[in-house]
Amino acid sequence: MPASWSGTGTAEAAVWGLCAGSGSKPYRTVVDTKGPGYQCACPSRKFPCKHALGLLLLWSEAAGGAVGPAVAPDWVTEWLDSRQERTRAAAAGPAKPADPEAARRRAERRAQRVTAGVTELEQRLTDLLRGGLAGADREGYQKWDEIAARMVDAQAPGLATRVRELGAVAAGGGDWPSRLLEESALLHLLTRGYLGEQRLPGPLAATVRTRVGFTTDAAELLAGPTVRDRWLVLSQLDTSDDRLTTRRIWLHGARSGRVAMLLSFGAAGRAPELALPLGLSLDAELAFHPSARPLRAVLGESHGPAAPGPVPAGVPVGPALAAYGAALADDPWLDAWPVVLSGVVPIPGSDAGGWQLADADGQDALPIAGRGPWRLAAVSGGHPVTLFAELGHTGVRPLTAWGPDATPVPL
Amino acid sequence: MNASWTDLVGSALLGTDRRRPPASGGPHPALDPATELLDAAAIGTVSRRAGLRPAAARERPAPAAPDGRPVLPEAARRRLGLLLADRSAGGGSSGRRGTAPNLAELLPQWLAAAGRYGYAAPPALLPDLLDAARARTDLRADALALAGPRALWLAELNPEWRFALRAGVRGLEPAAGDPAAIRQLWDEGLFAERVALLTRLRGQDASAALALLRSTWTGERAEDRLMFLDSLRAGLSPADEPFLEQALTDRSRNVRATAAELLSALPGSALAARMAERARSCVSLGTGENVAGIGILVEAPYECDAAMERDGVAPHPPTGRGERAWWFGQLVEAAPLATWTARFGGRDPEEIIALPVADDWQPDLHAAWCRAAVRQRDPAWARALLGPPPAPASPVAAVGDPAKLLSILPEEERAEWVARFIATHGLSEAFQMLGVCAVPWAGPLGRAVVDALDIARDAGSYPWSFSGVMGLAERCLDPAEAERLTVLTAATEEPDDGSPGAGSYWAEAFQRLVGTLRLRAVMLAELEPPAPAAPAS
Repeated sequence: MPASWSGTGTAEAAVWGLCAGSGSKPYRTVVDTKGPGYQCACPSRKFPCKHALGLLLLWSEAAGGAVGPAVAPDWVTEWLDSRQERTRAAAAGPAKPADPEAARRRAERRAQRVTAGVTELEQRLTDLLRGGLAGADREGYQKWDEIAARMVDAQAPGLATRVRELGAVAAGGGDWPSRLLEESALLHLLTRGYLGEQRLPGPLAATVRTRVGFTTDAAELLAGPTVRDRWLVLSQLDTSDDRLTTRRIWLHGARSGRVAMLLSFGAAGRAPELALPLGLSLDAELAFHPSARPLRAVLGESHGPAAPGPVPAGVPVGPALAAYGAALADDPWLDAWPVVLSGVVPIPGSDAGGWQLADADGQDALPIAGRGPWRLAAVSGGHPVTLFAELGHTGVRPLTAWGPDATPVPL
Repeated sequence: MNASWTDLVGSALLGTDRRRPPASGGPHPALDPATELLDAAAIGTVSRRAGLRPAAARERPAPAAPDGRPVLPEAARRRLGLLLADRSAGGGSSGRRGTAPNLAELLPQWLAAAGRYGYAAPPALLPDLLDAARARTDLRADALALAGPRALWLAELNPEWRFALRAGVRGLEPAAGDPAAIRQLWDEGLFAERVALLTRLRGQDASAALALLRSTWTGERAEDRLMFLDSLRAGLSPADEPFLEQALTDRSRNVRATAAELLSALPGSALAARMAERARSCVSLGTGENVAGIGILVEAPYECDAAMERDGVAPHPPTGRGERAWWFGQLVEAAPLATWTARFGGRDPEEIIALPVADDWQPDLHAAWCRAAVRQRDPAWARALLGPPPAPASPVAAVGDPAKLLSILPEEERAEWVARFIATHGLSEAFQMLGVCAVPWAGPLGRAVVDALDIARDAGSYPWSFSGVMGLAERCLDPAEAERLTVLTAATEEPDDGSPGAGSYWAEAFQRLVGTLRLRAVMLAELEPPAPAAPAS
């Protein structure tokens, strides 16, 4: 134990200690490993601060007894209690808006704007088809960006994103007329769906609203029904553009068999706060966003510590493709559906075609989308693996593989 | 795509004003053709996607051969991932590194150390490892040894990694064992691969390598012959003499010169005897006008005859050098050093070098002896020519290239000499010499380098004037020195006449040095196999 630390201890999920810093009083540092959450008296703006990290390092060597069990002092229990209070308050439901009437008016104004935007987009699409797509591949992005900007103004960011993608499809070469018609038609389906929302069943209406760009408050969701399960972390994937880092975490419920996706965001170049290591299994509550095909969820309360999880159970190629088809029937705007495949081998691309993912025994195969999946090939070595992937109409996108040693490998 | 989808795309391209879409049976038949087209396309798209069927699997690859070697310890596996990631992030070359260790430069050391344990690389890291080996040929042997059979399996599938099949070849062990594979690579390989094969084979079975080279010798291009001949340097023996004698008549002058050089490194060769005869006739012991007492008298050759030329003597001196001195130097360089002990009445190398030389011939004679000592790898002569490290004010090297002479000496002696040199001369001339010292540096050498760096800092110069030595120190200092170095990482007061800001840059450079040394210690410790678990009772 380094001399700078004193009064360290651990009880349940909390670890604490006093660290002598440059000031006269030692810093009180406490970590809730369940959250995780950190609290330290130091003035550092880094989060977690170096004291919290140092404490965790000491604790991680606990096999050697660096941080032993102890009775939590008052300053620790006070912080833990206040933390629990906050969690409970969040779970109990959002604070009611100060003025329900004003909130209702705001919602109404937004609905009007969105409706106007959707109507305009529908008009643009039919105009486009009336005049013909020919030449769209040489027109550049400007036209699409302008329409996208109109959709942002109309407070329909979901439509804006899809419109921008139309520009990319048109400029993408290959069989662009066919793909542009597909994507335009799906966008048309969405605008028609939104305009006829009242006649849709509830879950489908929720899907349409989400796709158009309406969001649901996380606290509001957690106040509703939650699904408790042992959730295995299947994948954690960061993507970033110049404004935002987006992290997708996929979870697989051991009892329910459901797959869930958690989204979190960080400023450009910075990691989002939520981090769940690949292969971890946690007993937790999830609240799903309402949808005809629920997938996106928010993480609620955790029960007990997380532990390394097993290799998830998977299905062969045929049933995986059927699952994608069924999901598409519920939500036709899905780009891909997450699936766990087991007993599959990657087949390298050749003159006869691109890479395939095939059942180890059987004749079924799927195309593998994207660049050569060399890491997957290396993990497989020609032997069957378990694979978590997104399955879409262009093929599978491999995300995580479990080889014979049962260790998850991000791809 | 079915016919009706093709029709829809056709209408969409031309526009429904020009071409009405086929009747779709969609929900809004009467509305307007464009809406009708979009409705039909939406239905078509979703039903096509939702109804996708599996494709027919092509032929599966044969599974990779099993790899029975032990897996890397977990910490070492993570370390390898980091070292490889730093490489692909463009680590080594980009600008100032601050206090962060240069991970890419540690990769060769890590691979060499891991190789000594016989671990298998984790499959997931094989693509990165192969990419690293592709980019840096100096990593290939160690990287491919670690990568094992699955890397070869991958290399069969990816053209970018083909080098692994040829260079690392189906083994790193195969060479002597598989004559057919060797023959195929020799006949079909790229030039670099053939050189690598020849060099490796030469290390295992010198005569087999010679036979391989002779089998195609006359058909090789002149530049290639030169490089191939050069790879005979290792494992040179009298058995090579007939072939080398033959090469003295090669069409290419460079090949002839190299053959002569190799022959002269064989003291028992006929060429060495001829050169000894020529050199002896130019040098005698006696009393001359300009020599006090007894000394060496030199009578340089007056011509370069055809026989000399055939034995590799270059007839035309570089600009600024006299012909006779030029020829003389080449004769002495190629003559066996034992010649001189016999010539000078049984004197040993020290005594011979101490002899005065008449008429300003000493620099030429001694320089030629230096080259001869290096070529014949004669430690006694190298030691005598080096002498003790020169005194502070005197020139760095009395004669010849000290780094080359040092490389002939035993490791310990080499390190000690360089340590004493640095103690008197500092670091500015030491880079080459440090480069020939064994890694990790011996204690006294390491301390001398660190002391010299400390002195350079106190003198107020900038650390990047010493970046070459710093980089070497990061890789070559014994990690155990890290603790002793920690005191240097604090920023110091700058001397009044020092360069502005140098103090903090030095602190940074020393922090990186200490950080790198610690990292090396940690990464080597991570490779230790875990202690076997006590058997359950």
